[in-house]
Amino acid sequence: MTGRKTLRTDVAVVGGGIVGASAALALRKMGIGVVLLERDLCGSRSSGVNYGGVRRQGRPVSQLPLAQRAHRIWGNLRETIGTDGEYLRSGHFKIARSEADMASLEQYRTKSRDFDLGLELISAARLRERCPWLGTRAVGGSLCAEDGQANPRLVSPAFALAAQRAGAQIFERHKVDEVAHDGKGFLLRSGNALEVRAPALLNCAGAWSGPIAEYFGEAVPLRSSHPVMAVTEPVPHFMDWSLGVEGGGIYCRQVARGNLVLGGGRGIALDADRARADRDAIATLAAQAVELLPTLRHAHFIRTWSGTEGNLPDHQPVLGPSRTTPGLFHGFGFSGAGFQIGPAAGEVLAELVRDGRSSTPIESFSIERFFAAAATAEDAAADKTPTPTSP
Amino acid sequence: MTAPSSSSPLRPVIVGAGPAGVRAAEALVAHGIRPVVIDEASRAGGQIYRRPPSSLAARSANVLYGFEARRADAVHTAFDALRERIDYRPDSLVWNAQGGRLDVLHGPTRSTSSVPYSQLIVATGATDRVLPVPGWTLPGVYTLGGAQVALKFQGCAIGQRVVFMGTGPLLYLVAYQYAKAGAKVAAVLDTSRFADQLAATPAMLRQPAVFAKGVYYVAWLRAHGVALHGGVRPLRVLGDAAESRVAGVAWHDGREERTLACDAVGFGYALRSETQLADLLGCRFEFASLHRAHLPVRDAAGRSSVRGVYLAGDGAGIMGADAAEWAGERAALALLADGGVAVDTARAAMLERRLHKLGTFRQGLERAFPVPHDWAAHAPDELVVCRCENITAGTLRQTVAENGADEMNRLKALSRVGMGRCQGRMCGVAAAEILAHATGQPVQQVGRLRGQAPIKPIPIHLATPAPSTEGAGA
Repeated sequence: MTGRKTLRTDVAVVGGGIVGASAALALRKMGIGVVLLERDLCGSRSSGVNYGGVRRQGRPVSQLPLAQRAHRIWGNLRETIGTDGEYLRSGHFKIARSEADMASLEQYRTKSRDFDLGLELISAARLRERCPWLGTRAVGGSLCAEDGQANPRLVSPAFALAAQRAGAQIFERHKVDEVAHDGKGFLLRSGNALEVRAPALLNCAGAWSGPIAEYFGEAVPLRSSHPVMAVTEPVPHFMDWSLGVEGGGIYCRQVARGNLVLGGGRGIALDADRARADRDAIATLAAQAVELLPTLRHAHFIRTWSGTEGNLPDHQPVLGPSRTTPGLFHGFGFSGAGFQIGPAAGEVLAELVRDGRSSTPIESFSIERFFAAAATAEDAAADKTPTPTSP
Repeated sequence: MTAPSSSSPLRPVIVGAGPAGVRAAEALVAHGIRPVVIDEASRAGGQIYRRPPSSLAARSANVLYGFEARRADAVHTAFDALRERIDYRPDSLVWNAQGGRLDVLHGPTRSTSSVPYSQLIVATGATDRVLPVPGWTLPGVYTLGGAQVALKFQGCAIGQRVVFMGTGPLLYLVAYQYAKAGAKVAAVLDTSRFADQLAATPAMLRQPAVFAKGVYYVAWLRAHGVALHGGVRPLRVLGDAAESRVAGVAWHDGREERTLACDAVGFGYALRSETQLADLLGCRFEFASLHRAHLPVRDAAGRSSVRGVYLAGDGAGIMGADAAEWAGERAALALLADGGVAVDTARAAMLERRLHKLGTFRQGLERAFPVPHDWAAHAPDELVVCRCENITAGTLRQTVAENGADEMNRLKALSRVGMGRCQGRMCGVAAAEILAHATGQPVQQVGRLRGQAPIKPIPIHLATPAPSTEGAGA
């Protein structure tokens, strides 16, 4: 017990990814005390190793209010975190590879009409003219000119640094071993080093959020997933847009330095903390990259990598208050699409702490949905066992 | 390709055909096993016993390897005798390892294969340990190893008037080889001092023959009028008016700054292990103070922390070519014994004793040629550390100061150091020294860059492993 430091604060945050760090920053701006515990280094997991797409296009309509709020934060990134993080509104182009894909993109434009995304459908002929570097499988697509890209390995740690500069106490390499509620407030312990007491707790631990939710009686089917990323050597600049493909599979962008960053497919877990790219996924990614951008054929891959994301079955995050414990708020399970909306999710969490409600609609992300579904399923089929929770 | 041999449960693969790989293959063949030997070079021999391309006019082993001619010959002969009894795959880069298979790129045919293994001997060797000096990116600056390869493999010198700079046994060897080959060696600039060598003499006498060779090179160079300066601090490589190539070097000799004209520089600070494959295989690493590096852990026989993976030669810690031969054979015997094959345990024990004994000598070498521990303190801000990404020492220091980076992977993420084509294989050593100095930590605390596939860059259209035509090994 000797040497354990005890801190009392207003809000304890678990997880120094883009969500936890943004929440810490937003709370500090409200004058609220924050202690943040990160098991490794801030932004070193999915927030810092993802593809770096900053995109609203293609998100479920339920996420668009949050995405729009995030869009405004991204627009002031330098003022907010002190660096531009290589953020560019370069345009995000979603490619259609068939008429059916094209129809689906058109439907999305209609569905998202209330949200001022400025989507522009581009036909095959115009596409050839505008991007001769696109492979022949692209028959058209949808451009969101105000979407773009950023460098996650710079942006995510910068949110944590900004929070720290604003007065948040950030403890890296402090894994939370114990979390409890003593009736008055939350109690967190990190080994023999640190104890934190706070009336409010934010669960922003990404793929590691499950046990905290479960401790408070909210076991959800959170699974780890591991995206495969690859980067090429720098090649002469030819592409501004960040590219995605309708139906998924591959995404890529070219950074200022000239490297192409590509993503797609699933990696493999090495252990609970580490993951790597999978051989077959690299092969598939390579084949798709050459098909999409034939000019890449002779470029070299110089690195592949992966990370660990928290995935939920409906690919929607859990964002909002706990259903069991007052003062506990969840923000996890962004299912591989948290980078763009992360900063807004952080602001929402800060609002929830201060006001008990958010100015952005988040009903779709309530943790209730898993329990309502379980109840319905149990009613429907009594013999069915509930989905187990991943560790 | 040849089918896996008979019904043997062992289908070992050896990566690397230097002294360690060749002796490992020999031991396996002697026990009736037909290993696959994958070699990045076009002819076996590794770096130290590198053979010129067969198309080049034959030069004698004596000319190519000097005192090492006998050993070089022995390794080459041993390999040539094995040629028909192993599955040899030259010009082949292992770029990835996963699930009991290696992904291999065959250079000349631009084809890929997936090679299964039941056991693996990793004998991946080493490259120069680079601590750069301003001007090192000028054309005409080579590493010591690079300078040696030019001589041995291509039969040409890196310049007409060459300065060799840095420290380590290779410094005098390469200078000697160049002078012997008829190049003008303008000077040898050693950062270690004569006093270091004197203090280390007792330990180095544990290998009297090797020690004698070192003494001979120094004496020969001196006798042939080559200026030898000890205790120097390299200041910069000077360029010509257009900065288009090397024009000289500047150094500090303890009292004053001195310069010397030359048209090429060979430099280096001994060697560093190639550990990427061991990393991808999941081997546990530890910091080895003797080598001032994080290295894959191995037992006295060469077993790594991963079952079925064995480590031999300089790839798991710099011990030199002789030790590599012994370690290669020892690892093969361990592999055989672990696979239930009876081996000569007395021989195995003898090899272990030899390797153990070499430890004292190695400590002597480190004492004789210490890495200049104050290198980072003197590296100017404008010094380019990572030439792929053009990252300077100043940028690294600024990243530490502004963002609190205190660990290598974080430094890489924030600064781009080690993010280029070499993936830190060349710049990692220097970046770690700068980071340790800037954060006031010992170098072992700053960690190491995580290995990630591909080990070396591969063309995208070849990143697709061809479906294996071979029986699965496991």
